[in-house]
Amino acid sequence: MPEGEGRPVGGWYDRRVGIVSPGFQGRPRSAEPALPPGQYLVEDWPVLSAGPTPKVPLDTWEFVLTTETGAEYRWSWDELMGLPQETPTVDIHCVTRWSKLGTSWQGVSLDTLLDGVDTTARYALAHSYGGYTTNLPLSDLRGGRAWVAHTYDGGPLPAEHGGPARLLVPHLYFWKSAKWVRGVRLLVDDQPGFWETAGYHDYGDPWREQRYQGD
Amino acid sequence: MSASTTGGRVATPLTWRVARLAERRIETPTAQTLVLDVPGWPGHLPGQHVDVRLTAADGYQAARSYSLAAPAEDDRIALTVQRVPDGEVSPYLTEVYARGDPVEVRGPVGGWFVWRTDETTPVLLVAGGSGVVPLMAMVRARRAAGSRAPFRLIYSVRGPADVFYADELRRRARDDPGLDVAYLYTRQAPEGWPGEPHRIGPADVTAHGWPPDQEPLCYVCGPTGFVETVADLLVGLGHPTGRVKTERFGPTG
Repeated sequence: MPEGEGRPVGGWYDRRVGIVSPGFQGRPRSAEPALPPGQYLVEDWPVLSAGPTPKVPLDTWEFVLTTETGAEYRWSWDELMGLPQETPTVDIHCVTRWSKLGTSWQGVSLDTLLDGVDTTARYALAHSYGGYTTNLPLSDLRGGRAWVAHTYDGGPLPAEHGGPARLLVPHLYFWKSAKWVRGVRLLVDDQPGFWETAGYHDYGDPWREQRYQGD
Repeated sequence: MSASTTGGRVATPLTWRVARLAERRIETPTAQTLVLDVPGWPGHLPGQHVDVRLTAADGYQAARSYSLAAPAEDDRIALTVQRVPDGEVSPYLTEVYARGDPVEVRGPVGGWFVWRTDETTPVLLVAGGSGVVPLMAMVRARRAAGSRAPFRLIYSVRGPADVFYADELRRRARDDPGLDVAYLYTRQAPEGWPGEPHRIGPADVTAHGWPPDQEPLCYVCGPTGFVETVADLLVGLGHPTGRVKTERFGPTG
């Protein structure tokens, strides 16, 4: 999933490295926002996905939490909308090196969805309409850090950006924020998802630059 | 290929390697192929990409991803870089970077948008603009492996001057058995071209692609709008979504 697009305005420093490319100067160093290492800032919003964009009608949409014992908790679109809504404004960081700051969302916290769910699982595997999967520790879905988001910048989330609803877990690289999310399976053992099976990192912390396996 | 891209779960860290410019080829007024010597390069699959990192004298760094344009030849890899006017990395690579100078590369990366030379099913490649780069890597890998998998490439460009690898594609379409190449022009068609310049539509995909009952593998690479359009067209024609692999290929500064 390479090739972000947009206007880079920043880079980063690593004084441990000695390989200098002669004549490379880079951007002016002044107006650098706080970005994770190796990221650059974009103003637009690149689209990255591995296959065709699923079209999911709202009247059949559902979100399903499945526990390690097979118990299922289901929400229809209307039921999701009836839950307490939150409006996070967050920075997002794509492993293809673009970052977008101050994005505005509306959605339902995973804390709300997990409230009352009986589980001792430590891992989660999000799955999507279209077949995409991504894994993350269940604890990263808790603590006000993860949402099922359906609104972006005041309007319905466009399909190419994951609408009708996507996972939003902005403290991890953005491939963990599964587009077209359909549910989350809670697991006793970690199970790699789509990109994680294709060489990307299991956890994906942008501030520790965990892009690929072994980082 | 490296252990980390086999689909296995081997956590071999991808290391930054020093790469030096061996050769530069002009593809179009704004795009160049850079051939790099990368000692210790582990090999790669067609469709994979590589991160390129530049370091300034004061330690400032910038990195971008570029698709690999050809199979590796020993320690030698090829990237095709489209110059982004306001970019930070591509202007350096296309205007300043000189033969023998070092950059750092890390890869190969990406284990999904790849074609394996032991596949025998028909393949449809649909390229929009510079999105042809990873698809050309597949065409070249097919040739290098002596594969007879039937390949069809639909290549949409603004005009004839924007075609990457023009001479080689002409030669391969003539010499590589089972490879067909069709061009679409969105702004300016060459002399004698039948029809008007237009954006890709269902008739183009039907005329130059494979029917779904041939169960082709479809690879679509280009700008977002192009990829969305073509992927929707293919699914609408009856290709299963799991057989349509996409890669967005926007300008990378």
